[in-house]
Amino acid sequence: MRRIIFWLASTATVLVLLFSYHTSLGAATATTSTQSAAAYSGSVAGSSSSTRSSTSDSSTSSSTPKATTTTGNVVYTRYGPIQVQVVTTGSTITSVSVLQYPSSDPRSQQINAQAVPILVQETLDAQSNSIDMVSGATYTSDGYLQSIQSALDKAGV
Amino acid sequence: MSTAVLTRYVEQVMGLPFSLALRGRHAGDAAARDAWAAVVADLREADRVFSTWRADSWVSRLARDEVEVGECPAEVAEVLALGNAAAHASGGAFSVARPDGSGRTIFDPSGVVKGWAAERAARHLAELPETDQCLSAGGDVLAWTADPIGRPWTIGIEDPDDPHRIIARVPVWRGAVATSGSAHRGAHVVDGRTGLPPDGVRQVSVIGDSLTAVDIEATSAFALGRDAARWLRAQGRSGIVVWDDGRTELVSAG
Repeated sequence: MRRIIFWLASTATVLVLLFSYHTSLGAATATTSTQSAAAYSGSVAGSSSSTRSSTSDSSTSSSTPKATTTTGNVVYTRYGPIQVQVVTTGSTITSVSVLQYPSSDPRSQQINAQAVPILVQETLDAQSNSIDMVSGATYTSDGYLQSIQSALDKAGV
Repeated sequence: MSTAVLTRYVEQVMGLPFSLALRGRHAGDAAARDAWAAVVADLREADRVFSTWRADSWVSRLARDEVEVGECPAEVAEVLALGNAAAHASGGAFSVARPDGSGRTIFDPSGVVKGWAAERAARHLAELPETDQCLSAGGDVLAWTADPIGRPWTIGIEDPDDPHRIIARVPVWRGAVATSGSAHRGAHVVDGRTGLPPDGVRQVSVIGDSLTAVDIEATSAFALGRDAARWLRAQGRSGIVVWDDGRTELVSAG
């Protein structure tokens, strides 16, 4: 449970960092808050499959920075869709809210994915490219030589 | 991370192959080679302290009662404490002091040292930012991804009947997988309570955060024989048990 909370906290951090980064980009290239928001939205809309992008812009004046609310596109992650909304004033983020989290069940499964092995239906040829490293009963050099790990190491893949 | 080039390094230490895979910013560069050299040097130093095969190691001298624990490097007490905790948690199945079958007691912290030493040595990989890292200590794996929700490392669990094949795959972002069994070395793990090889189980893999912990737990569960899966569940651990009749049992932490 603690791990999940920690993960959520770190996810929020990642999102915030993501936005901070784009914010500074936006600030560097845009002079008005409207353009800044546009750069924002464009940056977030990285996913080509996104369909729900809306920008509600309450600011039209470039002289006095006003709060601008920008809703990011839905971004599809391995955990499911994520959508966030940010409020900016000038180039400063004043709040970030997450409109859409991945549904809770798949998320908690994925968070613990390192704790959930996936049994293969039939034993797989371990030299397949999808395996990065092999965990097996302690190798001796002999065992190692005939093991897949050595093949992976040699192939450098 | 991107689908960057994968670079691998291999070195024999403690009689085991240690293998590192890197991908991302530092894969294959000079910083990576330096970090790997530091990892290997760290492991060799641990071997000098803990090897039961070297007569001049601190552990060998300790076993001969030539020195006290307090005179050894501090790591020795640390490893012994881990071993004692593991012995307690497994009801004595895991032990750093085990009967050799002829009435004598063998002092052997090897069950603790490998995972512990690898996890400690991996600290040098922190010198490689924005680089995904996967370290194998003779089949026990410690993985780390720079992006905690990026592309995971995919760890295969070896088929104890055929080292060319795997029975499961585990996606790991930041965590560890350890496997204990009789596949490669014959019966090298014994039940500390009896001094005999465990009964009914071929192989146990455990997945968790710490390589030190899962290495000890895989050995403990394997040593417990038919109680392996039950014990793992009681510990709240995930893993895979392969029984000696070939059945595979998945243990998922609730």
